Amino acid sequence: MTGWEQVLTLLASPLMQRALVAAVLVGAAAPVVGTFLVQRRMALMGDGIGHVALTGVALGWLVGSWAAVSPADSLAVPGAVVAALVGSVVIELVRERGRTSGDLALAIMFYGGIAGGVLLIKVAGGTNANLMSYLFGSISTVSTGDLWWTAALAVLVLVVGVGLRWALFAVSHDEEFARASGLPVRALSMVVAALAALTVTISMRVVGLLLVSALMIVPVAVAQILSRSFGRTMLLASGIGVAVSVVGLLITYWNDVPPGATIVVLAIGLYAAAAVAHPLVARRRAAGRDPHPDVSDDVLVPATDPDCAPGSAPGSPAGTGTTGR
Amino acid sequence: MNAIEAVGVHVTLGGQPIVRGVDLAVPTGQVLALLGANGSGKSTLVRALLGVVPHVSGTVQLLGAPLGPRVPWDRVGYVPQRMAAAGGVPTTALEVVVSGMLHGRRLRPPRDRRPRALAALDALGVAHLRDRRVQELSGGQQQRVLIARALVREPRLLVLDEPTSGIDLPTQRAFVDTLSRLRDTGTTVVVVLHEIGPFAPLIDRAVVLRHGQVVHDGPPPPARGEHGDAGHDHTHPHADPEPPTDGPDLTLEVTP
Repeated sequence: MTGWEQVLTLLASPLMQRALVAAVLVGAAAPVVGTFLVQRRMALMGDGIGHVALTGVALGWLVGSWAAVSPADSLAVPGAVVAALVGSVVIELVRERGRTSGDLALAIMFYGGIAGGVLLIKVAGGTNANLMSYLFGSISTVSTGDLWWTAALAVLVLVVGVGLRWALFAVSHDEEFARASGLPVRALSMVVAALAALTVTISMRVVGLLLVSALMIVPVAVAQILSRSFGRTMLLASGIGVAVSVVGLLITYWNDVPPGATIVVLAIGLYAAAAVAHPLVARRRAAGRDPHPDVSDDVLVPATDPDCAPGSAPGSPAGTGTTGR
Repeated sequence: MNAIEAVGVHVTLGGQPIVRGVDLAVPTGQVLALLGANGSGKSTLVRALLGVVPHVSGTVQLLGAPLGPRVPWDRVGYVPQRMAAAGGVPTTALEVVVSGMLHGRRLRPPRDRRPRALAALDALGVAHLRDRRVQELSGGQQQRVLIARALVREPRLLVLDEPTSGIDLPTQRAFVDTLSRLRDTGTTVVVVLHEIGPFAPLIDRAVVLRHGQVVHDGPPPPARGEHGDAGHDHTHPHADPEPPTDGPDLTLEVTP
């Protein structure tokens, strides 16, 4: 079979079609939210929400088994959405209240989220193995119903994140100035937190809860090396997110490797490449350009001071330079 | 109408009273200097007046409206002491200035954001820095960008928090020029200062805070003794006066 035929078979498979749509949407949306999180120095917030969402998955499962819906995990995604939203609001409130004990409170929430999930799934009659697909992703098992959820939420995240990008940027960049401008700082912070929560739940299927944050943060880490503006960083990060998600998915089509981990390793590989290559390129570009602003000195320095002439030995006798009258 | 009307403002931070019962009325068009030592509460007072930190008691009115959503925020400009230490995401000077066009009633910048932001940068002589990362700019350049961010919305009330601390002379001169232009157009200016220095010719009135309370309100007071001492190394943005003809004189000038 030629390469072209292979691609055609791949695109003809409904399973792969669904997985590709999910990968593109999630790959585009996650870094948009990640850009705001990095700007707010909350790169780990996605991880925290991911841990809490696991409890939501188990809770959804538990409610599902009580209500005897089938399949048993059909309420897992709504459960995750609710838990992630609650968790993100709590994290945001802890952040707002001050930084003294916030670190510790967040840590307790992270561990509570995982422990609660493992405990509840047992109560619900499942096993830890049922959680694995949520922890590490299972893009190849995306059902049509899942896809609609993912698509709708990803479009919502993109529309709100891109549409309000200036306001969210203003709040993330300088909260004090935003307050002094009468911006609804608290509401906008909650919007960022809610977007992060929704992104976590839609990325859960693609890369898994434990790796969700990587898809939000690592493309931003690559993009910020390469671009100079916030807007470009966001655009580039989104493009990188799509690229690594699609390429990672294609790799797993031909090789038996887990998709979530492949996508994250690809993104980190890009980061390493950019981090190594960029200084070399930047150095060549900066050669021959003086980075100092051209402004006058604050002190009187004679232009023809022989001591300051290039090549003069330091510590040479200063008798000719300064005069005390 | 008073641009700022504050009555009995108390501010508590971390359980400690920082501002204790300040009454302050600033008439429209006045240039007011808020003076005081480090820790006297002057920065906290202006931050409370703008709603950045909450006040526990008292009332504040800005441009005729009680502090809150009804204040015409598009006419209030604020210049913080320094650029916020934001996260690692690169941000250009132009983007920082565009963010100044947002306020309580506008969550998206207007269509003509680019020419307006460029004009504001140009007015402070930093238009050439528009595409540079603000994180890479010098302190003085960052301050100019912050002032451009406050001016881009054409404020009727401008509040500056120590705009010249750690700033080189050309930039200080640019600030004084900018402020005198604004004063001529009827803008009310409140400037927090450590010492009046280069702003002396602009200041209509000075309020001095000590331990969170007003201890002087009136014409600008003279600086304490040490500032006038012969040995005090004082920097001015204007040309130095003629040096005295008698007495010792030390100069770095090279005699040919």
